[in-house]
Amino acid sequence: MIKVEHLSKHFGKVKAVDDISFEVAEHETLVLLGTSGCGKTTTLKMINRLIEPTHGKIFISNKNILEQQAEILRRGIGYVLQNNGLFPHYTVGENIAIVPQLLKWDVKKIQHRVSELLEKLHLSNDYLNVYPNELSGGQQQRVGLARALVANPPVLLMDEPFGALDNVTKAKIHGEFKALDELKRKTIIMVTHDVQEAFELGDRICLMDAGKIVQTGVPTELLFKPKNNFVRDFLNEQRLELEFKAIKPPPPPEGGTFELHGKALPSDASLWWVLEQLKFTEGESIFIFDPQHKKVGELRFEELMSAFYQYKKEQADE
Amino acid sequence: MNDQQQTLWQFMQEQSDKLLTQTLEHIGLTFISLFLAVLVGLPLGILIARKRKLSGSVLGIAGILQTIPSIALLGFMIPLLGIGPKPAIVALLLYALLPIIRNTYTGITGVDAAVKEAATAMGMSQWQILSKVELPLAMPVILAGIRTATVITVGVATLASYIAAGGLGEFIFGGISLNNTNMILAGAIPAALLAIIFDFLLSRVQNLNLKKINTATKVLPLILIVLASFYLIPSAYGSKLTAGFTPEFMGRQDGNLGLKSKYGLKIHTIVISDAVMYKAAYEKQLDVISGYSTDGRLKAYGLVVLKDDKGIFPPYYAAPIVREESLKQFPELEQTLNLLSGKINDTVMTELNYRTDYLHESPERVAKDFLVSQNLWKPERGGKDGVVRIGSKIFGEQYILANMYSMLIKGYTDYDVSTKTGLGGTKICFDALTNNQIDFYPEYTGTGLLVILQPPTKTINLVEASKEKTYNYDKQEFESRYHIKWLQPIGFNNAYALMMRQKQAKDLNVRTITDLKNYLERK
Repeated sequence: MIKVEHLSKHFGKVKAVDDISFEVAEHETLVLLGTSGCGKTTTLKMINRLIEPTHGKIFISNKNILEQQAEILRRGIGYVLQNNGLFPHYTVGENIAIVPQLLKWDVKKIQHRVSELLEKLHLSNDYLNVYPNELSGGQQQRVGLARALVANPPVLLMDEPFGALDNVTKAKIHGEFKALDELKRKTIIMVTHDVQEAFELGDRICLMDAGKIVQTGVPTELLFKPKNNFVRDFLNEQRLELEFKAIKPPPPPEGGTFELHGKALPSDASLWWVLEQLKFTEGESIFIFDPQHKKVGELRFEELMSAFYQYKKEQADE
Repeated sequence: MNDQQQTLWQFMQEQSDKLLTQTLEHIGLTFISLFLAVLVGLPLGILIARKRKLSGSVLGIAGILQTIPSIALLGFMIPLLGIGPKPAIVALLLYALLPIIRNTYTGITGVDAAVKEAATAMGMSQWQILSKVELPLAMPVILAGIRTATVITVGVATLASYIAAGGLGEFIFGGISLNNTNMILAGAIPAALLAIIFDFLLSRVQNLNLKKINTATKVLPLILIVLASFYLIPSAYGSKLTAGFTPEFMGRQDGNLGLKSKYGLKIHTIVISDAVMYKAAYEKQLDVISGYSTDGRLKAYGLVVLKDDKGIFPPYYAAPIVREESLKQFPELEQTLNLLSGKINDTVMTELNYRTDYLHESPERVAKDFLVSQNLWKPERGGKDGVVRIGSKIFGEQYILANMYSMLIKGYTDYDVSTKTGLGGTKICFDALTNNQIDFYPEYTGTGLLVILQPPTKTINLVEASKEKTYNYDKQEFESRYHIKWLQPIGFNNAYALMMRQKQAKDLNVRTITDLKNYLERK
């Protein structure tokens, strides 16, 4: 879907981005992770040509974007900024409707689409005629997201989209973000310096340093098969939490399910999530059911810990 | 106080036609200039916000324009654009530029970078970003600039009357020349009110929320154009010839009022400052001007004086007027000053003025050359017997006379001299004399009569018929009222005069003011 080949950006003698290549599959979320100044934002902005590359090529759906007219290209790419960049002189409704108006949609269609998005993002229609400065940070960020999504662009670029939010709001929006059906149909490139966020939202992570890609892979690859000490050190501080979040409980028998407190566990539940749910009371455990919903065993804290140990041991042996 | 206000009110009622015309002209002048300044300044501001490298030089140049004194700027405009509204509008425009350019630049560069980035990233073109994002967000700052420019322009526009562009300055400067407080206030109060009202209205617009500002900015250009068109209404009249009269001449009985009442002269008249009037006549922008009969520029610009066949201009023979106390303190002073008596006639004085005004020789040199040629010059005696203080008004002829007197006193007596030249108008000079700030200065008989003594009309008609009667009346009254003595006249008569270009006067066969009137009435 998105293909970046030998991309470089030099500012004078500084090589902000130095010959990087990567691909993003359709409906995949790739996170560009790194410290400030590693070149991740520059890379992102070259994809919608806010910054023109010095060398290299970028293809979206096999079309070289450098050969397209920049304005037309950008109208087909959603863009979310850290400080939301909402127009202070436009109402929420007008802010969301900017791209459809540039695309000359008719008024009815715009209205319908705007209120549809507001609903999906849990904002009431009362906010339509409100100015951005009257909204909370979280609400502003939702409007920013709605604005990026409104014209159904296949590609979404996000530059530290949740960077300005407090941790509680951030966790809540992360949840909504993962649940939003619109986003599941998008190819997303997201820039962040927040390791937790990268692991939580990214299908794959691209760790950058000094303008180069150090390692690209799914979260567990970065965790358990770091390419070098830089990757290991980068993740070290939150390693335990990341590992618990990356590792899932041992899978139930073919077609079977887990149940805790009488409720089925979601299929993507991590060890961390399960441990958070446990109340550690006497006799509490996770029941294992076979496809006929017959209880065939149980997982207790000890089994979970042992699964974690096993997983780590396996990774280390490989 | 009450009395004063009533008279001002009466004056304004009496002159309500003129006041209305001048106010409309003033508003028109202000807003034409402002409109053009926005037309020039806004794009320039946008340009330098795009190309920051240019901002230093553009803002620098606009800043330098701002520091040029307004009168000087108007003066610079005359050789380029002549007199009248054109140079005035250009000068006002230049003054209004800086705040508009600077605020446009500041406003646009001050727009949140994230907002601009978002606009670009959503696929807006450069033009759309400018019109939908940058300008609307910068508008409060830009409006603040326009507001500053408006107030500046309303103020500076009063000076436009110096170069015959009309406006409330006509009353203000006429009033200053004529020492008429009501006239000054009749111009100054409306001018101040205009500034306050426009400032207030624009402050209201500026404080609207961003949404309403956009509507307002669509209506504002229209309002600007309507206000600007006020200027055209009053100037929609004309006649065969155009006269340029000084503000002082306009308001004087022995000036324009007399021309109207005694000659019945009807001519398209514009008000202009004495400084540019002669040149404008020479350059055929004016046909008839109100000058002084000994002015050097008369010779320089090839002008001819029209004969005052009905005698409305009283004689203006020059003579030194001296405090009686000073005459006692400096016993040799009177005879020394009288050395010059009868030595300079009209032609000589015009020639001397020509050398200073047009050839730009120093008054000192001109004075010395003349004294030497008359065998009056003597080397300085290095005076130790006290200091005689000489005053002079603020024009060339008075400088020359002051220099001659200074040389005579230094050469013939043991007194030293200090000169206080350039004492503004008659009022300032005379007050300096009565308050013992100077010992003497050269005054004119007509001025003494009409400006200082101001006797009833009957007396004026009686004494201004002849040179001697005026002189004697002045001499007698000054002595009894102020203890000031008129010494013997120097000889020349620097009276008001109407003048035209020699060639035109000859072509039209106009020799006297009556000829002029008859020519104008012929269809």
